[in-house]
Amino acid sequence: MSEEHETALRGNEPSSTRLVATLGLAGLLSGLIIVSVFEATLPTITAYKAKVLREAVFEVLPDISRMRRLAYLDGRLTAKEQEEKDEQAVFGGYDADGRLMGYAIPSAGPGFQDTIRLLYGYLPAERKVVGMEILESRETPGLGDKIYKDAAFVANFGDLSIDPEIVSVKKGTKTAPNQVDAITGATISSKAVVRIINEGNRRWLERLPGPNEAPAFEVQKEQKGRKR
Amino acid sequence: MSSTRAQPDAYQEFIKGLWRDNPVFVQVLGMCPMLAVTNSATNALAMGGATFFVLVASSFLVSSLKQWIPKQVRISTYIIIIATFVTVTDFTLAALVPEIHKELGAFIPLIVANCMILGRQEAFASRNSVRLAVVDALGMASGFLFALFALGSVREILGEGAFFGLDLFGSDFEPWVIMILPPGGFLTLGLLLLFFSWIRERKEKLAQQLAETEAELR
Repeated sequence: MSEEHETALRGNEPSSTRLVATLGLAGLLSGLIIVSVFEATLPTITAYKAKVLREAVFEVLPDISRMRRLAYLDGRLTAKEQEEKDEQAVFGGYDADGRLMGYAIPSAGPGFQDTIRLLYGYLPAERKVVGMEILESRETPGLGDKIYKDAAFVANFGDLSIDPEIVSVKKGTKTAPNQVDAITGATISSKAVVRIINEGNRRWLERLPGPNEAPAFEVQKEQKGRKR
Repeated sequence: MSSTRAQPDAYQEFIKGLWRDNPVFVQVLGMCPMLAVTNSATNALAMGGATFFVLVASSFLVSSLKQWIPKQVRISTYIIIIATFVTVTDFTLAALVPEIHKELGAFIPLIVANCMILGRQEAFASRNSVRLAVVDALGMASGFLFALFALGSVREILGEGAFFGLDLFGSDFEPWVIMILPPGGFLTLGLLLLFFSWIRERKEKLAQQLAETEAELR
């Protein structure tokens, strides 16, 4: 304490080397701690995200028993579990015999406040959406968040024709199989969900082969072998 | 001698944060997370818990290192210390309770900017013993947690008709949606501030009356 006092009296400042060293050391230690915690928690966080996505695939394609990630490479769908950057992919849902039943398509777009990311199930044979799950959204609590909290709204996507395209209508006025009853008080969020699915359809439908031409469940190993 | 004297001191420091100088109801600090994430009791507790850890850990470290931190760079060093603990909390919550972490969103990283935390380092931890700094941080953090929880409970009960996600009133209750929206945060906070000031004022008046009657009796 006396030392500090004397320094203050003499008006001596600690050297700038000491100031830089203090901050540098603090930054270095902080960086080391952050990196080790990041490394320690990363596997759990990645595993959780993968689990959420898997569960969502089974949620939006109710009757499937197996799934496989299908990446869109060189104009065709290829079974590929390893994710890569800037790669577009859907998830194929298969029945117990390995036959393709439908696709779970991820899509995203602007909502009321922030990007909404969702996953929807699509049956190519019937040209129908059979399920929708919101993966990420920051819609207004109590109003916009009904896009995943309101069971009646979510049920709209359980059996929804996509032709010519999905439209949202005022609540209670749904008459056609391609219409969705919007949520009262959350029209923008409801319309956003419909728009995001329509955009997903525009991007993916022509790329998706029908049930018979799709990559079958077991084929994966052979394909890999052939490529190599 | 020091231990007998330090005991009431430490107790006073703790109670100060929890009640007399409550960071929210008296000092009106840390309003941003206070208003933003208190739309349910669970979120309020998680936010309060995260802030609790960051404040206590930072106060401990700042107080332990106070001789080695030159005063010209003290604020930057405090911020580095606080930011480290916040980032550690952020990753830990994301790994342990991902659902809650998703709800709290950007507000966990924003604990860095909570003026209550930096304020305690500058005003208390950097000038007092490690023991007192930790007790002070425990008190302030408990006070903050208590305030968040009070606000979160009121808003969830009125705005969703639920408490910790459990339905309270059945289907006949029409949720008062505005209470879980931002305006509801301001309304509830205002009313709680009013309530706590009223209690304080009443207590002071009572104490004054007591003193007067005592004086008359003599």
